[in-house]
Amino acid sequence: MERAALPGGLTWQLGTVVEIVDETPRTKSIALALPAWPGHRAGQHVDVRLTAEDGYQAQRSYAIASAPEDDHVVLTVERLDDGEVSPYLVDELRPGDQLELRGPLGGYFVWEASLGGPLLLLAGGSGVVPLRAILRHHRVVESTVPARLLYWARALDDVIYRDELMANVFGDSVDIRFTLTREQPEGWRGWERWTDMELLQEVTWPPREHPLVYVCGPTPFVDRATFSLIALGHEPGRVRHVAFGPTGV
Amino acid sequence: MELDGNGIAGTMMGVFGHEMTTEFGTCASCGARSMVGEFRVYLRAPGVVARCRHCGSVVMVFVEARGVTCVDLRGLAALDPA
Amino acid sequence: MAISRGFQGRRRGDADPTRVPPGQYVTDDFPVLSAGPTPHTPLADWDFSIRGAVDRPVAWTWNEFLTLPSETVTVDVHCVTKWSKLDTVWKGVSLDTLLDGVETSAEHVLAFCDGGYTTNLPLEDVTGGKAWVAYEYGGEPLEPEHGGPARLLVPHLYFWKSAKWVRGLELRDHDKPGFWETYGYHNYGDPWKEQRYQGD
Repeated sequence: MERAALPGGLTWQLGTVVEIVDETPRTKSIALALPAWPGHRAGQHVDVRLTAEDGYQAQRSYAIASAPEDDHVVLTVERLDDGEVSPYLVDELRPGDQLELRGPLGGYFVWEASLGGPLLLLAGGSGVVPLRAILRHHRVVESTVPARLLYWARALDDVIYRDELMANVFGDSVDIRFTLTREQPEGWRGWERWTDMELLQEVTWPPREHPLVYVCGPTPFVDRATFSLIALGHEPGRVRHVAFGPTGV
Repeated sequence: MELDGNGIAGTMMGVFGHEMTTEFGTCASCGARSMVGEFRVYLRAPGVVARCRHCGSVVMVFVEARGVTCVDLRGLAALDPA
Repeated sequence: MAISRGFQGRRRGDADPTRVPPGQYVTDDFPVLSAGPTPHTPLADWDFSIRGAVDRPVAWTWNEFLTLPSETVTVDVHCVTKWSKLDTVWKGVSLDTLLDGVETSAEHVLAFCDGGYTTNLPLEDVTGGKAWVAYEYGGEPLEPEHGGPARLLVPHLYFWKSAKWVRGLELRDHDKPGFWETYGYHNYGDPWKEQRYQGD
């Protein structure tokens, strides 16, 4: 594997907020104009740094929600009630503001068409963000790699990118399924289950097809899903994961 | 708060100068070889601690002192690209 | 430095410099910092021991520990990551009580903990009413993420010296750096002299 130095990844750069879109009551997508952006690969993330007037700083990581081919770099942020950075990004930030960030980061969790598949994407809550970037990229390059997204959310109102995902704008080779774990709307015919072996067995391709699996979500979700996948016989090397803690890192 | 190695991608980029999450680390304690992206990472501490997912031993520690990030790799027997 | 318009961050303003050491800010939260997973030792398996350069090692089971004379203290704590928390209330056993009757000429202490964490201190910094093994915080049993069932409490030094999940003290003739001290933090850690890192 090549070891590529990414000069853009080493330095902090300033972007300007171009647009802010409400995704769910607690989540917004922030589109940024970044003059020094070197480009990214689907699945990567950035570090965002906030500085108060007295010099106090706070820093968190956020996955990139946009495909490499999209016009702007988009971050989707969920407001955590006891968070320090996310309430600022969701409640205070306005178009025209500047945001300091560093990236793209994370070569471990990238997908591009040359990596093949079949491609299984498991999203726990706001873990859907980098997986959506992967699906957008999959669509832009018109990939025919079979792909499946299984997205765990508490209720329909918590589903981020709801219109995009439910209309499945991604094409015939992409299959999108939801499991709503706390509350389901009337007439719901999707799943209601938490992670378990049976559910994963239903959704995933068998190990003999060597699917590439990307799991993203809170640490307990990632641990359970990864453990179940390995127990079902999937090769650890083909299961990539990104786990984050309750403060959105 | 437990994360995985992806959570320190930025820190490692700053220290090593290139992408590290796809490198392989061999635990000096138990010999397990895994991708750096798979280490268990503890970010909320006086420093950043990465532990072997198999045996829990410390494999890497990053401490930022006076604006310089120091990294201690004594917990790794080897660190190499794929 | 790029200032983020309208960003305050999680802290209170107006710190009293007689109570808040240099470089610190006061917080209302109680941040959880850890170098590893939270241990969960069953109380039936827990003990606290004092061993090493002593005539006779001593140990207490959990039930024995709770029968020892305890104190409730209100102290300020200062973390090297720059947050300070004022007027924190703890209940625990003074190290003077635990070391009473322990014969030693050792001058150094290494606290050891479940999960492998250690930290070193001069013996004189854990005696004379300066240190406790605390098992209650804010009137409630100490939660695991904050070091429960019991942690060391040494408020006059940076809070990494107040080792969580403490299981005992090793008395030593020669100082041995603990976990963070080995990785570059200051050997002593006086927040009033801002002794955060080696060489400060």
